[in-house]
Amino acid sequence: MTTATATIPHGVHHHGPEKGLMRWIKTTNHKDIGSLYMWFAFAMLLIGGALAMGIRAELLQPGMQLMEPQFFNQLTTMHGLIMVFGAIMPAFVGLGNWLIPMMIGAPDMALPRMNNWSFWILPFAGGILLSTFFMEGGAPAFGWTFYAPLSTTFAPDSTDFFIFAVHLLGFSSIMGAINIIATVLNMRAPEMKLMDMPLFVWTWLITSFLLIGAMPVLAGVVTMMLTDRNFGTAFFDATGGGDPVMFQHIFWFFGHPEVYIMILPAFGITSHIIPTFARKPLFGYSSMVYATASIAFLSYIVWAHHMFLTGMPVAGGLYFMYATMLIAVPTGVKVFNWVATMWRGSMTFEAPMLWTLSFVFLFTIGGFSGLMLGIAPADIQYHDTYFVVAHFHYVLVTGALWAIIAATLYWLPKWTGKMYNESLAKIHFWWAVISVNILFFPQHFLGLAGMPRRIPDYSLQFADFNLISSIGGFAFGASFFLLTYIVVDCIRNGKPVSARPWKGAKGLEWTLDAKAPYHSFNTPPSRALIEAESQHSA
Amino acid sequence: MSEQKYYVPDGTYWPIIGSIGVTILFVGFANQMHGVSWGASAMVLGFAIVIFMLFGWLGQVVNESVNGIYNSQVDRSFRWGMSWFIFSEVMFFAAFFGALFYARQISVPWLSGEGNNLYTPELWDGFKATWQQIAFSTPGTTLKSGVEMSIPTQLVDTWGLPALNTALLLLSGVTLTFAHHALRAERRNQVISWLVATIVLGVAFLGFQVAEYGHAYADGLQLTSGIYGSTFYMLTGFHGFHVTIGAIMLSVILYRVQKGHFSADSHFGFEGVAWYWHFVDVVWLGLFVFVYWL
Repeated sequence: MTTATATIPHGVHHHGPEKGLMRWIKTTNHKDIGSLYMWFAFAMLLIGGALAMGIRAELLQPGMQLMEPQFFNQLTTMHGLIMVFGAIMPAFVGLGNWLIPMMIGAPDMALPRMNNWSFWILPFAGGILLSTFFMEGGAPAFGWTFYAPLSTTFAPDSTDFFIFAVHLLGFSSIMGAINIIATVLNMRAPEMKLMDMPLFVWTWLITSFLLIGAMPVLAGVVTMMLTDRNFGTAFFDATGGGDPVMFQHIFWFFGHPEVYIMILPAFGITSHIIPTFARKPLFGYSSMVYATASIAFLSYIVWAHHMFLTGMPVAGGLYFMYATMLIAVPTGVKVFNWVATMWRGSMTFEAPMLWTLSFVFLFTIGGFSGLMLGIAPADIQYHDTYFVVAHFHYVLVTGALWAIIAATLYWLPKWTGKMYNESLAKIHFWWAVISVNILFFPQHFLGLAGMPRRIPDYSLQFADFNLISSIGGFAFGASFFLLTYIVVDCIRNGKPVSARPWKGAKGLEWTLDAKAPYHSFNTPPSRALIEAESQHSA
Repeated sequence: MSEQKYYVPDGTYWPIIGSIGVTILFVGFANQMHGVSWGASAMVLGFAIVIFMLFGWLGQVVNESVNGIYNSQVDRSFRWGMSWFIFSEVMFFAAFFGALFYARQISVPWLSGEGNNLYTPELWDGFKATWQQIAFSTPGTTLKSGVEMSIPTQLVDTWGLPALNTALLLLSGVTLTFAHHALRAERRNQVISWLVATIVLGVAFLGFQVAEYGHAYADGLQLTSGIYGSTFYMLTGFHGFHVTIGAIMLSVILYRVQKGHFSADSHFGFEGVAWYWHFVDVVWLGLFVFVYWL
């Protein structure tokens, strides 16, 4: 007996959201907050991208042309931090906010006020982070991994602001993750079993556990940095019995789960888009769930493969190498399942599908170069070269970012009730996919030839590939103007669509109105509907 | 009709106030550390805003709860939220415990030449790898941060105040459980007595902890005493901070019990705080074993 059911105060159905700026500041609505996250992430993507343009401009030719080496290092550091913490992670949280309640038949998130806070910390954290550019000594210049002692003994004063920005970003992520867990476990339609959940929901649920396990460790390690810098502790100072290598252990204990935080939701998105455009149910639904969980578990026990050159004992190197290789198994299961889903499907190639197909292909390239880096003896050659840069840009740009763009185009009709311009989207796709490969593929060769990362100048034999890479970089950067136009044009002038604009699409979100209502499901969907829309129904 | 109604709150100002508060607090803190004159005042202002936000936000939640706006689903959401929040706190402490284990088992022995670190003794001439009393044979060594190391003259006394504190905190877990049982039996006076006992034990713990800090500091064990001092003060310091938060939360619960906010089958506020209190209890056990004892 739940007598105290009286809710939905002030007739949300009748007058909807508030007007003006206050709507966005006060909002507790998952769609509003999802949009805020997405626009914030997009703004940070453009800022981070602008920094990358600076990096590629300096690397266009050998020699120092445009900037001091110290400023170059600030650019690489801030580019990495902004893209990881400002663009990719918030974009996925935004997608989770938008989609999870609709996919599980819920009206909203479980903890809507906290949801507001987890977004509204971000602009402040981002502001603090960006403000370091204007401080004495400049922004942090020690790389996004902020290894001690570069970040403790030898760092500018602005590092303390960076530390607090990371704390705030961590609060935001932890609150977001707690909210998603509570939403998935508690707000799910009563008739929906866990193994009925769409894969985007599954991957986000598992990602949330990664966030809750990893982000506090990041908070711990930056706190140690703070006290080492300001209060005389010796965590990373060998004079007092500490160890700079300990920084790397703690950092990568966070950092390795972090890379899966940035890719598991992308796997979920891919597992929605491929079945839709292959017009077949997802191949191997339950193996997808188990593979995701396995990847998440393994991600906690492989961290030191980032540290093969720190002088760890051989047994340690072997363990971390073999454990890392294991991750290829569940990831391989996923790629196999995506390909098997397409096998003999009636495939069409609308823009979301193009992005997703190239995701599967290019992410696999990034995965394989990751395997190469995971081989301890080989890593001695690749470590800290452009090969590493190429690797993680293939998994993060053509992996995570690709899935975010695919998801944006795929669900944009549901968010806006309108369709984007398909021909422009196709032009944009080909522009981006060609330029991104011109940008990053030559970096493999540069790395194998020995060009170190985080270096503003290089010797002459690297000149040609760097020129090619920079040209690709400018072309890729320019492609985002077209993406902006496509999205804004869709919101303003898009043609109205039906509730299910993709014929083969399954999922509860497509049963809602063409433009999803402000509160998704006020009554939970029935068992029959859940079964009809589940990813394992034909 | 299986129509289920959901609780969806209206818009709220509290989060943005909280964001402004923590931003002023952190920016003030960073400036204070860099010797900027207004740093400390900004910290106080930011802290006051955060406290204002907590009172306002949680007060609103309490009011809604008392007015029966929440259903059992909201209650479950709060439970999931609180449990995973506590888990995130566990992971935060895990980072510092990890640093403790790593230093104890790996970095300190290696610095003294263990393992395959052939050249370490030459690089770190005169390094004395005595846990708790890390030092060099040449006195007056300065850390990389330029601070002179403080070498403790004595080891911490496990079986004095720390053991007493262990007993106090474990006992407080028991009294809190008694309070919970009394709450379920709807015996308000007993709930109040046991809660008061719990808070008194918690405050006594904090008092002894301050005394213990005084001893340790006088014996030369300071933040600048190398890795043992670092882990000692950061672990016990964060733990003491959490006990303080826990004691404040228990006091709020005591006030709410007196107001009659809780019933035998609806008292998540009480339980959430009780979980938190047991969590600081368990962390202390880890501290006692690994920081004070072994």
